[in-house]
Amino acid sequence: MNASLKRPFSRDQRTTIVYGMLVFVLIVVVLQLWLLTATMNAWLGGDDAVVWPAAAVSAAGLALNVGLLTFLGRIERTRRLGE
Amino acid sequence: MAEVRSDPRGQVDPAINSPGREGLTGTAPANLYAPGFEREQITIAPDFAPADAQPAWRQDFPIDWPQDLYVERRDFMKFLVLISAAFTLGQVSIGVQNWYRKRSGQPAIQRIASVDDLAVGGAVSFTYPDEHEPCLLVRLSTSDFVAFSQKCTHLSCAVIPKPAEGSFYCPCHEGRFDLRTGAPTAGPPRRPLTRIVLDVRGRDIYAVGVQERTI
Repeated sequence: MNASLKRPFSRDQRTTIVYGMLVFVLIVVVLQLWLLTATMNAWLGGDDAVVWPAAAVSAAGLALNVGLLTFLGRIERTRRLGE
Repeated sequence: MAEVRSDPRGQVDPAINSPGREGLTGTAPANLYAPGFEREQITIAPDFAPADAQPAWRQDFPIDWPQDLYVERRDFMKFLVLISAAFTLGQVSIGVQNWYRKRSGQPAIQRIASVDDLAVGGAVSFTYPDEHEPCLLVRLSTSDFVAFSQKCTHLSCAVIPKPAEGSFYCPCHEGRFDLRTGAPTAGPPRRPLTRIVLDVRGRDIYAVGVQERTI
């Protein structure tokens, strides 16, 4: 493999990566907020069909966010090892 | 006095005939090519001016702004992930409450009042299905009765029956509901009042169930 591909990300690159991740995470969090209010409204109105599917979608969003955060931690660890 | 570490390249004039290079064979001194500071280790002031040109307070307390920016964004992302976890927890708690609600089943049948107790246009309050759920029974005509939860669907304030105006009125935020159907007609509420299903048996009125609605 090309050695340059293994090089750890610089701080500038990591800042750009964090910005990109933030966009994804923000969109997912806003979606989760909407999902929570819509589910609560439906459930209080007696419609419980959406409760568990909405919880599953929200959990999937959380998994995506945690995955992105884990990836960020991994590239930071790589940077520290490479220093 | 503490020794100040500086870039060794700044102290050497690379010109071949410069002072201090006597006796050398024309090559640059070895320390000329000593590794400089890595870009990421350099503190960059917000005005991008060199450290010597910065005010004394900034020289005493230098802040690495690019690093600060990076850490801020990273911590903000961690905070957002925490919020995301809270939202998911909220969804799961709705699911758990739903499970409890289903498990408790339909509420028991309860006698509310006698037909003779209530004049046309009159209302009586009662609790159903438990003592924490205040409700209102309203007599619309000689044969028509309706009952709704007294909790406003906006923020659970107690609604007041206004038979003359044909509505339930919520004094907290000027919310109004239709007296016959419980549908919201004005103000912030978006969901209708929870309907209490009634059954008139002889001269007695019974509450037999709860009907929650979204529209």
